[in-house]
Amino acid sequence: MTRSLGKVWEMVTDPLEDLRWLWRLRTFELTIRELRLDGRVVGSVHLGVGQEAIAVGAVSALGPADPVFATYRGHNWALACGVPSEALFAELMGRASGINGGRGGSAYFSAPAYRFYGENSIVGAGTPHAVGAALAGVYDGSNRVSLTVFGDGAMNQGGVHESMNLAAARNLPVIFLCENNYWSEMTPITETTRDPELYKRAAAYGIHGERIDGNSVQEVRSAVGRAVERGRNGGGPTLIEAMTARLVGHYIGDVEHYRRPGELDAAKAAEPIVRLREELLRNGIPEETLDAIEDEVTRETQAAAERAAASEPASPATVKEHLYA
Amino acid sequence: MPSITDAQPGALTTTNLSYAEAIRAALRRALEEVPETIFYGEDVAKPGGVFGVTRGLFRDFPERVFDTPISETAILGSAVGAAMMGRRPIVEIMWVDFSLVAFDQIVNQMANVRYVSRGELSAPLVVRTQQGSMAGACAQHSQSLEAFFLHTPGIRVAMPWSAQDAYDILLTAVHTDDPVVVIENRNLYREPKQEVVIGGPVAALGGHRLRRQGSDITIVTWGIMTASVLAAAESLAAEGISAEVIETPWLNPFPEEAVLASVRRTGRLAVAHEANSTGGFGAEVIARVVEAGIPLRAPARRIATPDLRIAAAPSLLAASVPDAEAVRAAVAEIVAHRP
Repeated sequence: MTRSLGKVWEMVTDPLEDLRWLWRLRTFELTIRELRLDGRVVGSVHLGVGQEAIAVGAVSALGPADPVFATYRGHNWALACGVPSEALFAELMGRASGINGGRGGSAYFSAPAYRFYGENSIVGAGTPHAVGAALAGVYDGSNRVSLTVFGDGAMNQGGVHESMNLAAARNLPVIFLCENNYWSEMTPITETTRDPELYKRAAAYGIHGERIDGNSVQEVRSAVGRAVERGRNGGGPTLIEAMTARLVGHYIGDVEHYRRPGELDAAKAAEPIVRLREELLRNGIPEETLDAIEDEVTRETQAAAERAAASEPASPATVKEHLYA
Repeated sequence: MPSITDAQPGALTTTNLSYAEAIRAALRRALEEVPETIFYGEDVAKPGGVFGVTRGLFRDFPERVFDTPISETAILGSAVGAAMMGRRPIVEIMWVDFSLVAFDQIVNQMANVRYVSRGELSAPLVVRTQQGSMAGACAQHSQSLEAFFLHTPGIRVAMPWSAQDAYDILLTAVHTDDPVVVIENRNLYREPKQEVVIGGPVAALGGHRLRRQGSDITIVTWGIMTASVLAAAESLAAEGISAEVIETPWLNPFPEEAVLASVRRTGRLAVAHEANSTGGFGAEVIARVVEAGIPLRAPARRIATPDLRIAAAPSLLAASVPDAEAVRAAVAEIVAHRP
């Protein structure tokens, strides 16, 4: 791997800040699980526990106007884009103050003011939107690079293939970021493909592809940073396969009977927060400093959830608004 | 006779155009006047379209007109993304039957953008497609699918029949801030030229066309069936039956008030469309009249293709899709009804 030192994503970043961001995402998800179990959040909720480093690393490598198109496992991505957790809690609780006033719910909200162009609850369906956003950039002078994230399961959706091919054919600056957590919902990727090294498919489109450690914020930041530079400079799309693990079920309530013995123990030892903590401890950061970050973020998250819970439900009087211009 | 390209914005010109030429003129004007427009689809640029409708546009707008892979999901989905970012994409789905390959992008994606985001995002795009039956075209290239789109709140739907409407409706669609599906009919592309006024102000969304005034029955129709209905109305007049023909090229928004007012006067209703009857939009039109409580002198009736697949053989096709005589006979029966 060639490293181009001196670029934005190679700048020395504060690993304590990375840890803080990881905790923001993690505490949000854990709080959502409580709210779902006590009934204040309803419906299907898909958590990204264990996959936080990909969102934190990737978004930190994007420019301020580069759009993100995510999936129904998208809370991590919205938070990493800077969407306030209170507006997300409120969204999942069906409140008027939700980021979409409760219309999107857990699996299909958007926040364009934070260049978060939406989750999508249809697997792979946001991918061509990212291609379109990059296509728009050909004409509007923005020179934007568009990032779309999806799971390993989505790699077998026709629309994802169509999107990669179209982006490649027109040399559009799109980053196709595959979060490979091994499970396509509840079926292992090894059972649904002949070659589970998904990044190799990039070669078929004539684009750059690579597999990275998705549990390392810095490795993700570096790979996405290089892809941003490639896209911005006319080098076209990139496929990044970020290896990670989903430490929870496909949805809240999934009994996960399909897991392999010992799978979660191994995954928990390698997950991004554990790993970054160990690294920081090795580098001499006192444990109290790390615990203090966790405590502070936990308090912030819980306070945001409480404020959201105290806000008004979406008003029935508004249900017919905004169907058409 | 000035050429289409001589028309200046705001300068009214009357010219003779085929249906296909009227569409091309509208696309050209949109590309000239609306810098946010881009136009793409399968074979639309260098080949000029599989029916030749878009010939010359790539030559004149080489940056904004391009050919795509045969990838309906990527075509429609990229249009959604580009529209979210402020473009006004016009995309072609070569045959309406092919939209089924990518219906997710229509129903789950473009239709939801504005509503779910409370207008923070919108998807002002146009899907141009064409449908209709033609002998030998086979069951996968002959369907009339407007009801599928019309069942989806959040997208506008139009089916122009006249060359003038083909021109006007496409321009209105481009200027509409929501997704619009414009369903053309390939049997009309090569019909004789008609007088078309081009260069005028962009028409407002919606409306209807009162194609014939009458007092005994209201016939609501759209698309290519309008021709059969007008021919039937002429025959019926010779039989002493006065049929009012309302063409509704805009189906969403639907000109409900105009239809209700007409049926209140005539007291009878038929709805004629090429799509098959069950779940067709004709059922919706009749339901609206019934729900409005308008007293009818005879039961309302759908004149539609029976619930069949479409066969390729000319004799089988002719036995499926209603023609002018089928419309005439059905309307005569309605008017002859005695309670």
